[in-house]
Amino acid sequence: MRTRIALILALAAATALSACAGRREAPALPAPTEAPPIAPQAPSGPVAGSLEDFRVNVGERVFFGYDRSDLAPEARQILERQAAWLRRYPSVRILVAGNCDERGTREYNLALGARRAAAARDYLTSLGVPGNRIETVSYGKERPLDPRSNEEAWAVNRNAHSQIVSGAVS
Amino acid sequence: MSVSKSAASDAPRTPRSGDPGPKPQLARRSRAARWTPALRVRRTLRPGSVACRLMFAACAALCLVFAVSPPARAELRVPITEGHLDPMPIAVPDFIGADERAQQIGRDVAGVIRADLERSALFRPLDPAAFIQRLTDVNIPPRFADWRVLRAQALVVGQATMLPDGRLRIEFRLWDVLGEQSVLGLQFATTPDNWRRIAHRVADQVYKQITGEEGYFDTRIVFVSESGPKTRRVKRLMIMDQDGANPFYLTGASFMSITPRFSPNTQLITYMAYEDGRPRVYLFNLETNRREVLGDFPGMTFAPRFAPDGNAVVLSLDQGGNSEIYRMDLRTRQRARLTDHPSIDTSPSYSPDGSRIVFNSDRGGTPQLYVMDANGGGVRRISFGEGRYMTPVWSPRGDLIAFTRQSGGRFAIGVMRPDGTGERILSESYLDEGPSWSPNGRVIVFFREASPGAGPRVWSIDLTGRNLRQMATQTDASDPAWSPLLP
Repeated sequence: MRTRIALILALAAATALSACAGRREAPALPAPTEAPPIAPQAPSGPVAGSLEDFRVNVGERVFFGYDRSDLAPEARQILERQAAWLRRYPSVRILVAGNCDERGTREYNLALGARRAAAARDYLTSLGVPGNRIETVSYGKERPLDPRSNEEAWAVNRNAHSQIVSGAVS
Repeated sequence: MSVSKSAASDAPRTPRSGDPGPKPQLARRSRAARWTPALRVRRTLRPGSVACRLMFAACAALCLVFAVSPPARAELRVPITEGHLDPMPIAVPDFIGADERAQQIGRDVAGVIRADLERSALFRPLDPAAFIQRLTDVNIPPRFADWRVLRAQALVVGQATMLPDGRLRIEFRLWDVLGEQSVLGLQFATTPDNWRRIAHRVADQVYKQITGEEGYFDTRIVFVSESGPKTRRVKRLMIMDQDGANPFYLTGASFMSITPRFSPNTQLITYMAYEDGRPRVYLFNLETNRREVLGDFPGMTFAPRFAPDGNAVVLSLDQGGNSEIYRMDLRTRQRARLTDHPSIDTSPSYSPDGSRIVFNSDRGGTPQLYVMDANGGGVRRISFGEGRYMTPVWSPRGDLIAFTRQSGGRFAIGVMRPDGTGERILSESYLDEGPSWSPNGRVIVFFREASPGAGPRVWSIDLTGRNLRQMATQTDASDPAWSPLLP
């Protein structure tokens, strides 16, 4: 920038000198200036701190084995990302919903879903997310994500689903 | 309902409320129905069958029924404890009516009675088109030969009368066609729109007279009516008569309601709902149409069921992923914790005497059935078969516990004795779940998803494992609960 100012001053001085000379010449072209700096790459992903950011870049569901509520390594990784994200956005509150596949009774699965939600919640709090920002609910087998009745669908339907309730960037 | 001489009640009744229905009166003595004092030759239904012994065993009870009648040996019997018996052929002609309206009611009443008896599979109502005798007076003995030739063993003759005060009188007489005697005569007076309940009561009386057990036709079923795609299923409580008539919704479509159960007096329903998003146990009062949250519990409450005296509800409370069973006193609103274990403890059900509770726990690694004393002590496991055992429900007779068994990718409804012995599977499919007993403990209702992806429907099956039938519901339906006999 300094060199540019020096250049402009030098040019101005030259112009003045020429004007002083009294010669009618074509007005000098304005000196070129640099184009504005390139804007940072337009965001290709969700706005940081948004619901979409959480869903796409963090992951909102962790999955469980059949009749299990212990956290597998992949589930822990996702919850660790959730915890880091929640620490970064401290006004966000979440609801963790525990879900089950259809191979159990309604009442047993309500209890099992509660266990799954609690397992996810407990791990988040152990990673420094205040417990008062996390609510839990169990839907048992009542709200399957995948309506089909096969192993693939059941694996998806056994989950703890962290949903942002409030405080996300919109 | 016992045979009594009490005056007929004429309290009006809407289908929605559960105020006491009409009580039966003894009909006038039939003019010619003279009871032969001489001993009759015992007519065996099935020579050499256990049925004969059962008929004898039931004689004492029958004598009570006949306390108001001249003594007679009742031979018209169907034993219902046997696995198989040909249904008893019974003729139920349209009830007699003096005018067009009475005749219409008479036709409708007889139709409901025939349908009730037919569904029980203990009776085979005969086709009225084949009847020979045109009946004109309920109190004149029928021409028995006309009914014998149809192979009818029992005959129900009834009459509908519009009374001057606007009420409807239904009277009927049950005839033993082979014994040529009247074995029961009763009458009811009520508001005309109560005719369906009267029909069910007549069917209950016939059932009781012939089987020796209480009927279950004047009852209702509450269930979860389901609609919409599986991922966004709408689940609302619906109630209907046992035969599918008079269905109506109890709860709205904006929140999910599940696992309804009747109180012993049939006036309250306890259930679990996600109203305002929080899953909690509610009480619904059928009298007032009001609902309330049951107790201020610090977590999800679910799996509620009434104590047999109606003064308490036993349920599960989840706190931090651990569910325990609590008893909530409905009068004092005090709650008592009955289990104390880091496992899942849910689906509690009282024994009919209130002394014990059967429940579901995975404390042994998989969900199994356990029995404990009503105060929570003396826990012992009772299910040791192949698979996972859930949703235990104590029979109203006390002698059996019905359950859902999950094994080999399929779900079955079965029964076992309270000590875990005598396990029997009654039905099995892709998903058979959630048994509920008829008030006489002879029929079990449950819900079934017959194949993967099929919507649930309500089915019933006899304790014998026979007579599997789908119940009439307008929508997909789950979580059926059978009411006690209506008051």
